[in-house]
Amino acid sequence: MKKMKLVMVGNGMAGVRTLEELLKLTPDLYDITVFGAEPYPNYNRIMLSPVLAGEQGIQDIILNDMDWYKQNNITLHLNKKIMHIARKRKVVVAEDGTEAEYDRLLLATGSSSFILPVPGKELAGVVGYRDIQDTNAMIAAAEKYKHAVVIGGGLLGLEAANGLVLRGMDVTVVHLMSWLMERQLDDNSAQMLQSALEAKGLKFLLKQQTQELISDGHGRVKSIRFKDGTEIPADLVVMAVGIRPNVALAEAAGIYCNRGIVVSDTMQTYDPSIYAVGECISHRGIAYGLVAPLFDMAKVCANHLARMGIAYYQGSVTSTKLKVTGVDLFSAGDFTGSNETNEIVMHDVSGGRYKKLVLNNNTLIGAVMYGDTKDSSWYFQMIRDGKNVAEIRDQLIFGQSHLGNAGSQGQNLAATMTNAMEVCGCNGVCKGTIVKAIKEQGLFTLEDVRKHTKASASCGSCTGLVEQILASTVGGAYAPPATTVKPLCDCTSHSHEEVRKAILEEKLISISQTMIFLNWNTTNGCAKCRPALNFYLLCAWPHEAKDDPQSRFINERANANIQKDGTFSVVPRMYGGITTPQQLRRIADVAEKYNITTVKVTGGQRIDLLGVKKTDLPKVWEDLDMPSGYAYAKALRTVKTCVGSEWCRFGVQDSTQMGIDIERAFDHMWMPHKFKVAVSGCPRNCAESGIKDVGIIGVESGWEIYVAGNGGIKTVVAQFLVKVKTHDDVMEYTGAFAQLYREEAHYLDRTVHYVERVGLDYVKKQVVENAANRKALYARLLYALQGATNPWSKENINAREFESLAI
Amino acid sequence: MNTWHEVTTLEEIPPLGARVVTTKQGDIALFRTAEGEVFALLDRCPHKGGHLSQGIVFGKKVACPLHNWNICLDDGKAVTPDVGCTRSYPVKVENDVVYLSLT
Repeated sequence: MKKMKLVMVGNGMAGVRTLEELLKLTPDLYDITVFGAEPYPNYNRIMLSPVLAGEQGIQDIILNDMDWYKQNNITLHLNKKIMHIARKRKVVVAEDGTEAEYDRLLLATGSSSFILPVPGKELAGVVGYRDIQDTNAMIAAAEKYKHAVVIGGGLLGLEAANGLVLRGMDVTVVHLMSWLMERQLDDNSAQMLQSALEAKGLKFLLKQQTQELISDGHGRVKSIRFKDGTEIPADLVVMAVGIRPNVALAEAAGIYCNRGIVVSDTMQTYDPSIYAVGECISHRGIAYGLVAPLFDMAKVCANHLARMGIAYYQGSVTSTKLKVTGVDLFSAGDFTGSNETNEIVMHDVSGGRYKKLVLNNNTLIGAVMYGDTKDSSWYFQMIRDGKNVAEIRDQLIFGQSHLGNAGSQGQNLAATMTNAMEVCGCNGVCKGTIVKAIKEQGLFTLEDVRKHTKASASCGSCTGLVEQILASTVGGAYAPPATTVKPLCDCTSHSHEEVRKAILEEKLISISQTMIFLNWNTTNGCAKCRPALNFYLLCAWPHEAKDDPQSRFINERANANIQKDGTFSVVPRMYGGITTPQQLRRIADVAEKYNITTVKVTGGQRIDLLGVKKTDLPKVWEDLDMPSGYAYAKALRTVKTCVGSEWCRFGVQDSTQMGIDIERAFDHMWMPHKFKVAVSGCPRNCAESGIKDVGIIGVESGWEIYVAGNGGIKTVVAQFLVKVKTHDDVMEYTGAFAQLYREEAHYLDRTVHYVERVGLDYVKKQVVENAANRKALYARLLYALQGATNPWSKENINAREFESLAI
Repeated sequence: MNTWHEVTTLEEIPPLGARVVTTKQGDIALFRTAEGEVFALLDRCPHKGGHLSQGIVFGKKVACPLHNWNICLDDGKAVTPDVGCTRSYPVKVENDVVYLSLT
């Protein structure tokens, strides 16, 4: 079949990202031709500021080098500006007469600096701040001249001014409004920013309107005169008063434009074979000048160019971060507020900290922060998700406490860390390595950083730190991952919720059925989605969906924990942590017989046999003659207990028996992640119930049930769910909570993540307040567990899994 | 010239699964894709020596069970941005019999 022709006009970040997304989806659908007006391949425009400041060279900010275009068979025309679109013939024509036919045309013409229409604007030494050429002109001027004036006290203007100061110029920022960055900051934070920048050597003239640029008589600018008649010297004038979408080409071709090229939610212009993305467009009346939304558009546009036709662009909430070293500020959403909104403000002048949160009812809609921006991504996430913050409103202004996060030396402020300090304790990644990768590889998302550096890719405890580093390195281009519509994995655009809903409503009972029904873009998924689907199916259709061992992680396939040398560890069940001399004798015999060198008591009060060869596993289990302890599984792990009222002089309830009963009743229960329970016989809480998924504490008059604690990466204290009277109540509430978590959590979310997402109030409504619902949940769990048997027993073992072949 | 060793039959390798073959050159993992293609790699991840035979097979790749590196079954190369390569061995299937060459 003859390939279709895709022509792209413009060779910038939004356009090329669209091509990258398109090539990922369908590498062979199009012959692609790209026209760029600049002499460079796609580069990272937001890194122009570090280039100007002398922190990076031009080569460092190239995102796609010439080889990339070659490898993807893209015909690249540099230095060729398209002058004309002949829509009838479906041809574009360049300045030099080069023509290219298209079936689909992608306009990514970007934007230009707005040049104030004042006398003298055409003089040498007057530049905008948009591209490498402008940057080079500024660098050259800094070598020769002294006085620079930046017109415009917005994000771009301040970054330009900072760069020029670092290059040794005497810089004055002229701003029409009464405070800096008025679109991103309120007056308080702007005042703090101005003081900080003044300390760095920048000068400011606020509420000044430019009248005229005056020539030195040789065609170069010499000074700038304001409306009030005053004049200051200026050998270089940088216009940073805004950008204008480049629409002339589209307009001349008769494509409807209204300030920007008007596009629909599918990134289509009024000509259905012409698409547009980036700063040149107007979507629902909004033009975006930050990178994060452009990437959202790129995804949607690529989806439609690839003829998948399911994505919609619905606008973006943007955030701002200034990339000036040593100045930390952040703003997002509607931080001005109105009559209907409330503000929570913290203002510490001498401490240099300012925080303002704007709330509408109980939803966070905007935030401004200065000085301490460590919680910016947390706030931004809530703004984007429209999350109800009623439960945490009184704590909101103090931010998300990362206290108790292990593995990063107790650090929670990336800005104060040196480049040599370790951020990711799991993978040994230092701050400097992350910053370097972000700059050199052109990374914009947390996922990118994880892939390239492995930072926060293992346990995830340093995610907050990595996000901060990312945000402060790429500034406003940083796009935190959306929590609400996160696709399950790269194989699909459907979220966990959508997948689970489809499985239930359409009664899908196999992985392949699910993938076909939901249009998976891979034939058999990946290591991320298959285990999730397998669990979702088993959870939704117990006794009907068939378990797929090949979609389980090795631990659940081999019913033991793989160790770094490929051997396995074996943990037999000891219900409630109670064992017998006979069991211990058998364990000792097995350890000796199979040369098991390490025998360890685990944190969950069980015995772990380490270093078992895979081929020995079935024999080890047979000799042990004890059930599987599921220490390897996303399932009920152990129920930790204290000795309780049977022995303890303080005990008020029989916690041991309760633990044994829970462990027996909920044995074999597959979960989204591991699930740990503890039962203490009195409030002294020796079983450490406060950090378990379900923690039960006996009191004189009954039992208190706590949920969603975590003793792992992030220490989180379990929250009180309910107090009940009887043994049977404990079983019912615990089971109902477990089933709710099974049915609604995202695969690999612990209860702490699940409850954080849905809120404890919701859980209480489902499990505590609604008795019928609680009983139904509990009944569904018991039904799912019916007939479940020990995976270590002979009839359940798939011998082939444990045998090796030989030649 | 390849010297072919008869190893097993196709049905002994589960679809989207693997088997381990003990050889003089060390353990070799035999993988079977959903389409019934068979590939052979040295059973060592180029990252930290994880046993690839224990990983989840998808498409023509396997995810190492230790740190989730994705390794291409046909050439043993790690999927970018990870860098590394494990040795691959010629393998053929004739009449549902799987043959492996160690050369």
